Amino acid sequence: MAEGSRLGEALATTVDTAETPRPAHAGRGRLSLAWLGIAPFLLYAFLFLFLPAGQVLVGAFRDQAGGYTLSNIGTLFQEPYVTAYRNSIEVSLVTAGAGGALGFLIAYAAIREGTPKIVRTVLTTFSGVAANFAGIPLAFAFIATLGSIGIVTQFLADLGVDLYGNGFSLFTKTGVEITYLYFQIPLMILVIAPAIDGLRREWREASANLGASPFQFWRYVGAPILTPSLLGAMVLLFGNSFAAYATAYGLTAGGVNLVPITIGNFLSGDVLSNPHLAQALALGMFVVLAVMMMIYVPLQRISSRWVR
Amino acid sequence: MTRRISWSAVLWLAVGAAYFLIPLVALLLFSLRDGVTGKCCSLGSYGEILDDPQFVKTLRQSFVLSLETIALSLLLLVPTVYWVHLKLPRMRPVLAFLALVPFVVPPIVLVVGLFDLYRDTPDWFFAQPYGFLVAAYVILAFPYVYFSLDSGFRSIDVHTLTEASQNLGASWRTTLLQVILPNVRAAALAGAFLTLAIVMGEFTIASLASFDTFPIYIQYINQTKAYPAAAVSLMSFGITWAAMLALLVVGRGRAFQLGGNR
Repeated sequence: MAEGSRLGEALATTVDTAETPRPAHAGRGRLSLAWLGIAPFLLYAFLFLFLPAGQVLVGAFRDQAGGYTLSNIGTLFQEPYVTAYRNSIEVSLVTAGAGGALGFLIAYAAIREGTPKIVRTVLTTFSGVAANFAGIPLAFAFIATLGSIGIVTQFLADLGVDLYGNGFSLFTKTGVEITYLYFQIPLMILVIAPAIDGLRREWREASANLGASPFQFWRYVGAPILTPSLLGAMVLLFGNSFAAYATAYGLTAGGVNLVPITIGNFLSGDVLSNPHLAQALALGMFVVLAVMMMIYVPLQRISSRWVR
Repeated sequence: MTRRISWSAVLWLAVGAAYFLIPLVALLLFSLRDGVTGKCCSLGSYGEILDDPQFVKTLRQSFVLSLETIALSLLLLVPTVYWVHLKLPRMRPVLAFLALVPFVVPPIVLVVGLFDLYRDTPDWFFAQPYGFLVAAYVILAFPYVYFSLDSGFRSIDVHTLTEASQNLGASWRTTLLQVILPNVRAAALAGAFLTLAIVMGEFTIASLASFDTFPIYIQYINQTKAYPAAAVSLMSFGITWAAMLALLVVGRGRAFQLGGNR
């Protein structure tokens, strides 16, 4: 469960907290000694974060004999690895798109005028829990719901709808997508709620007083203000789903062709092969997530202008 | 001016509620089925889990790992964040950047590098959950603990507190433990509860490194016994609830550190 989901949430809080500058009280001369104060932590981060990450980056370009090669990277463009990347990206796009849309609609429904305040409190609390309820227990919750003897599957069968007879299976890419939405939607709700708060009621009243229709309000005020936040949140959801391992593993026991699952199969020794290939696969994930971050950070900076 | 709740709002809230409650209800119904007849209602599955010595053992294992991760994280980060706020304000963006790195290096990528680097270290480190796993978990928890502490330190006047304490003759240790720490207690606790939720549920690294933690036990039950699996999954959901509610109480409903909802 210490899955993408929770990383995503903290990430959503990150960028704006990093900015506020404070007056420097330390003089330049003392800076050299002051560094020592954070040395233990930097050393720890070096040993258990940067060194392993560097190992992956360098190892991806190594061969079994210890020389340098591009062949591992080349292998990524062959089957079944290309399909793994395509599947992972597809699952991430679908769950970011659907999760983003549903999360926004639910959050807006809870926050908009007319909805009792208590709904929002309940929704936010529940989203905090649901966004963290990922991994193995979540996978089993969906097996109990939509598995071959799941509650909903049986309920529909009693109504004469045979899900599995019609080609549906929870243990496929579609099943993974349906399950991922369980942490994607709450994450969207948590991330987008402050942006919806930023859409002030006065603006709506002002535009109404000037004779704008609700459509015109959304077209000229609402959408331009919310777009950076919505895009940023969806990029976050994309990365969240792309990095997830435990939920897909719990559903399919390593049977679905996604990049994290493939890496896991390498590490657990189910596939006997070149260990540098696992590093190349991990490098590929790193590159995709780095691109995601480079899109996310500027979007977050633009949208934080309206939040609060 | 009060407006009635609109129909579309009711519709979307109902869709959300259905999607989120149905799997939980399914888990509950599954967990109450009788192991022999498959009919409702029996608490036998819960009894089976609670009587399983592996359940108690792995749950305790994960809990001890959480405590160890929390202790090590706070030990590393409280002085670091304090020092950055006091003496190295220019390092704040650098630390915030460091805290973004785990998002680009998720557990499944990190574990590849960790294996490579530490596979040949002595058994007392690599073969022990209290060594290798905790070392990795501190990194997983780092962004949450850091951002929680950073916002805690931002809300207090570090310089005045430190100067006042030192003018009264306190040592650095006394200042940190008796002046600073009580003032960032809420932030430290929030970080601790997030870490608890992370470690109690962490599957990726524990599974690939073959350690028997609580999530590994859940996965084992999932593959072997359907109804007890529902019971133990529901218990795991309960643990997540407890950690998140504790987080809310600690933040007094205000500093809900998740999702930027401040």
